Amino acid sequence: MPSSRMTTENEPGRPVHVSDLRPGDKSGATTDTASGNSAQLSPIRAYLNQRGNGGFADNSFAGVVLVCALSTFAIVGLIFSVLVLRSHLSLVQFGWKFFIGQNWDPVFGQFGALPFIYGTLLSSFLALLIAVPLALGVAIFLTELCPQPLRAPISFLTELLAAIPSVVYGLWGVFVLVPLMRDVLGPFLLKFFGWTGLFDGPNFGVGMLTASIILAIMVLPIISSLTRDIMKSVPNSQREGVLALGATRWEMIRIGVLRNSRIGIAGAVMLGLGRALGETMAVTMVIGNHPAISKSLFAPGYTLASVIANEFAEATGNLYYSALFEIGLALFLVTIVVNAIARLMVWAVTRGTPARVG
Amino acid sequence: MNYVVGSLSVLATILVLAPLAAILFYLVYKGASSLNLAFFTRIPAPVGEEGGGMANSIVGSGIILVLASLMGIPVGIAAGVYLAEFGRGKVLANAIRFTADVLNGVPSIVMGIAGFSLVVMPQKHYSALAGGVALAFMMVPTITRTTEEMLATVPHAIREAALGLGVPKWRTIISVSLRTASPGIITGCMLAFARVAGETAPLLFTAFGNQFWNFNLNQPIAALPLQIYVYALSPYDEWHRLAWAASLVLIALIMVSVTLVRIFANRGVLKGGS
Repeated sequence: MPSSRMTTENEPGRPVHVSDLRPGDKSGATTDTASGNSAQLSPIRAYLNQRGNGGFADNSFAGVVLVCALSTFAIVGLIFSVLVLRSHLSLVQFGWKFFIGQNWDPVFGQFGALPFIYGTLLSSFLALLIAVPLALGVAIFLTELCPQPLRAPISFLTELLAAIPSVVYGLWGVFVLVPLMRDVLGPFLLKFFGWTGLFDGPNFGVGMLTASIILAIMVLPIISSLTRDIMKSVPNSQREGVLALGATRWEMIRIGVLRNSRIGIAGAVMLGLGRALGETMAVTMVIGNHPAISKSLFAPGYTLASVIANEFAEATGNLYYSALFEIGLALFLVTIVVNAIARLMVWAVTRGTPARVG
Repeated sequence: MNYVVGSLSVLATILVLAPLAAILFYLVYKGASSLNLAFFTRIPAPVGEEGGGMANSIVGSGIILVLASLMGIPVGIAAGVYLAEFGRGKVLANAIRFTADVLNGVPSIVMGIAGFSLVVMPQKHYSALAGGVALAFMMVPTITRTTEEMLATVPHAIREAALGLGVPKWRTIISVSLRTASPGIITGCMLAFARVAGETAPLLFTAFGNQFWNFNLNQPIAALPLQIYVYALSPYDEWHRLAWAASLVLIALIMVSVTLVRIFANRGVLKGGS
């Protein structure tokens, strides 16, 4: 029965066989007279074979792109290995005692990093103490209470705070905040809170409290914008459910939104902590740069990042260099751990949504 | 209770915006008067003499940023392309994404001493190239993440249409995905650029600063944030004035970039999504 398929005119009903077609001139295929079919190529197949399938370009593009992506690992690996290499001397000589020693005296070869650890931790902790309530307040205001037309400008302004470079904060701190602390805030705090013993000692304006205030201003935008993202990702059904049960506005925010985003907010706070731990320039300019541990908040302090910034360019001797590199290594590892934990916490709450950069 | 919380949060917002207003006010108040032609065309004068400028710092910053961009932007975009196009769901891609996020949080001073170790110590001299390398280390993770986010907004239908027409995968990525996401990718690059433009700590021990004109990439070079740092801590009023003016210039540059980012981001998202 003649089929409606397209066949050659030779024999209707029998499909075209490869051996019926003439081999093309370009293929150069040999004719196998015994079997008569396998080695003869159609002109179409010959043309396609000659053309290739673009696999080389695709694979090489994928390879190049993969290499660039692996550069992230390479950067981290390079930084880590170079820090370990250069701090080898100090690691070998001091071991654990490096981080417990209270004496930083390069002239006599004494390298104890405890004052810096104390300074870093205290300034970051105080900064978070000031910044977290404020950031939460801003986030609550912007997501729940702010009238719609004001929302975009105010959120833009808070993100502008994050765009200001660290040196400019330091400059403003040195010329505006330090005199303010010395002349106005200091005596005020001493008068009302002097009984706590935290405000003893001379007040020069530069010191732990000033550095903490500037750090708080710098860390605030990060915490607030992440908290806003997290609060927005709480589904509306939660809010509506709590309201339907008769909650007031504040109770709705507290139970419906904040309780659900606790982990995420903790992650945002940790990200702010990570930023505060590594902040260099603004802190260096207002913390007073004196490696000593003291109870007073007016006393000058020193942080891990500041000591590197101040003393690296003038370090004499391999041991000094190596001690500073070891401080850098400690800073690197601590911020990586804090950031990793923070990102995991934020990711757990905003599943799939890419975490905001920075 | 509602009112207490409401007013507390309004108070918090005011307390947050107050330093921003104060900083911008002081920058304009103290810096605007020092901005004149000499500021943009002359190099620093000897201490005590009037009429110096910060032209070498502005140009030097520009050179270092161009170097950092040349090194960081291609690598960052390529890494973002990998994460978005080739790496969906793979463990390696998740690890790279996580590492990039963590790298974003590494203190800039650590990048600085790493750059010092990698470039300055072998070469035995400070250089603009070392500064560029340290800043490129900071740009790559930022650009990677924003490129990946922007490429994820490109609708699959466009890619599939191109692939269905026989366009090879690499050509699809370049001509279709990247072109569609390009406004977003450009804003990501500008964001990274603005962030790195204000960084001082990486340049402290790599570019090191220079009081004179320098166009040689293998020599120490002046940079705007570096000069602000040095001048702010100096005891000379003239230099303080210059520091305020330079900060105003730096902030203006960064604000312009951030505002452009905002404008383009809105347009880009609409374009890429429609």
